[in-house]
Amino acid sequence: MDEGIMSTIIKFKNITKVYQVGDEQVHALDGISMQIQKNEYVAIMGPSGSGKSTMMNIVGCLDTPTSGLYELNGTNVSDMDDDDLAKIRNKEIGFVFQTFNLLARSDVLHNVELPLIYGGIGSAERRKLARAAIERVGLTDRIHHKPNELSGGQRQRVAVARALVTQPAILLADEPTGNLDTKTGDEIMMLFDTLHKEGNTIILVTHEEDIAIHAHRRVRLRDGKIENDEMVKNRRIIK
Amino acid sequence: MKFIFDEFKEGMRIAFAAIRANKMRSVLTTLGIIIGILSVTLMGTAIEGLDRAFNESLASLGPDVLYIQKWPWGDRGDDWWKYRNRREVKIQQAKDIEKYSELAQAVNPAIGEIRNVKYGQKLVENVTVVGTGAALLETSGATIAFGRFFTRFETDGGRPVCAIGSEVAANLFPNENPIGKTIKVGGYAYQVLGVFEKQGSFLGEQSLDNRVYVPIYRFFKEFMSRRGGISIMVKAKSVEEMDNTIEEIRGIMRKSRRLSPKDEDDFAINQQEIIVQTFNQIGGVIAAVGLFITGMSLFVGGIGIMNIMFVSVTERTKEIGIRKAIGAPRRTILLQFLIESAALCLIGGIVGIIIAFPLSLIIDTFLPTAMPLSIILIALFISVFVGVISGFLPAFRASRLNPVDSLRYE
Repeated sequence: MDEGIMSTIIKFKNITKVYQVGDEQVHALDGISMQIQKNEYVAIMGPSGSGKSTMMNIVGCLDTPTSGLYELNGTNVSDMDDDDLAKIRNKEIGFVFQTFNLLARSDVLHNVELPLIYGGIGSAERRKLARAAIERVGLTDRIHHKPNELSGGQRQRVAVARALVTQPAILLADEPTGNLDTKTGDEIMMLFDTLHKEGNTIILVTHEEDIAIHAHRRVRLRDGKIENDEMVKNRRIIK
Repeated sequence: MKFIFDEFKEGMRIAFAAIRANKMRSVLTTLGIIIGILSVTLMGTAIEGLDRAFNESLASLGPDVLYIQKWPWGDRGDDWWKYRNRREVKIQQAKDIEKYSELAQAVNPAIGEIRNVKYGQKLVENVTVVGTGAALLETSGATIAFGRFFTRFETDGGRPVCAIGSEVAANLFPNENPIGKTIKVGGYAYQVLGVFEKQGSFLGEQSLDNRVYVPIYRFFKEFMSRRGGISIMVKAKSVEEMDNTIEEIRGIMRKSRRLSPKDEDDFAINQQEIIVQTFNQIGGVIAAVGLFITGMSLFVGGIGIMNIMFVSVTERTKEIGIRKAIGAPRRTILLQFLIESAALCLIGGIVGIIIAFPLSLIIDTFLPTAMPLSIILIALFISVFVGVISGFLPAFRASRLNPVDSLRYE
């Protein structure tokens, strides 16, 4: 890839994360260096215990590395405090979780509006952006439904709309199809494919080969190290 | 600024959604605050009511009037026997003050006894018969509703005339004009010259309207026990000259009672201020103790709120994680839970006041109470304050939750 044309969204330089478990130090991440460019579609893979979740937490600015340098969209976020990280998460990252993580007591519109409220966007603008994001995932007719009135696939679409609404630098999806049946899972993955085509940068954390196959690039972790980092040749085509 | 408002609105929305979602729990928790605010508010209305009743009573004394008597007002300490053995204050001293004082505007003697009063078949028992002078209207601030008060000549001549209080008038003359009628006071005939305006009661006890006023020289003949002393009311020309007036009167009194320079005063010059001081001392203690005790129940209510807010934070750990993940800063989470506990307490406060209002009206039938707007506002402020204080620790804990762990929390 030509660095001159592609701009770097994520730059990991020798990232480590050490947890203290009892008397023992666990190296969840052990010196990871990698870069992700704009509009890449990356799957981060690995068995449980490989450091995949830790990787996701650090990429998503939910956690900070023990050592190393993490630049997100040109900003060094490795040493930021809680509130600054919250701001970065709000602006730069759209999360899609396995368990959807919607607010049960709020309707679709309010769930999608929420990041904009924390981002300090005025209410008229907020309404407009949220409606656009909901339309984007095809749920305009469900705008005033509560999450428990929606199917799993629809809930995940709401989560995607919420992730998109701030126009973040990356979409970070953690096992997005883990709680869905194959058919709805495929629909969600199709949605990701489309979003990628439209220019979004997507990072997928998964242990399923079937899902990872949507990505252009696969990063395999084992024991806190990158085992393998390859471009995918036979991408799955969904008709 | 605008987005602080949006955050606040979001906080309110979450708070009320949470309260609605846990109705039973919210009601029970709020009950503690309701009881707390209820008791504090009732205590406040009682204190306020006593204060007002006291001030209204004091108005009948007047700030510029001195009361020369054997007994001093206020705390008598251990000197009861000393005062008991003093010589009585006599009418001669009233005459001397009137003659020699330059700072007194009006001087009026007064003495009272309890008697029954009759008109025809109608009887009023235990009426205070006051023997007094023509200057009473000036020194007491009481006014005649209709008819007139007796004159100086009628006083000095000891004429059998009287002016009656509104309660006596209402009881003896329900359907008649009392002016000119003859009533029997303790068996003696008196002609009614006038009826007083309603005055209410003194310190909620002694009715000022259940009285008959007669000329003091007539009183001496018909009602006075031999030892009985009198009070002398002296109205000063100006409130500013009060201290000088007191000194002047003291000199005249000492001379009139032939005290030698080494003798102590054997009389007391009382004024409204003494009662105010005594009342403020006692009232202050009652208020402090009362508010402390009722404040305890509010404190217990606050602990209940704190407890339930800790539960609420734990229950909603996941929600906190979600909100943090999508960018809520600590301040927002803190605010969210503070608003929730403040809202719980405010609801409790409002309900408490709504219950307290009719209760205070009921209590008013046997104890004076008053619920001014200030008490309502203070009670609301206190309930919000309790909410913020007891919500702070749980809210602070929520704001410090680590997003990774709280997202994983089930």
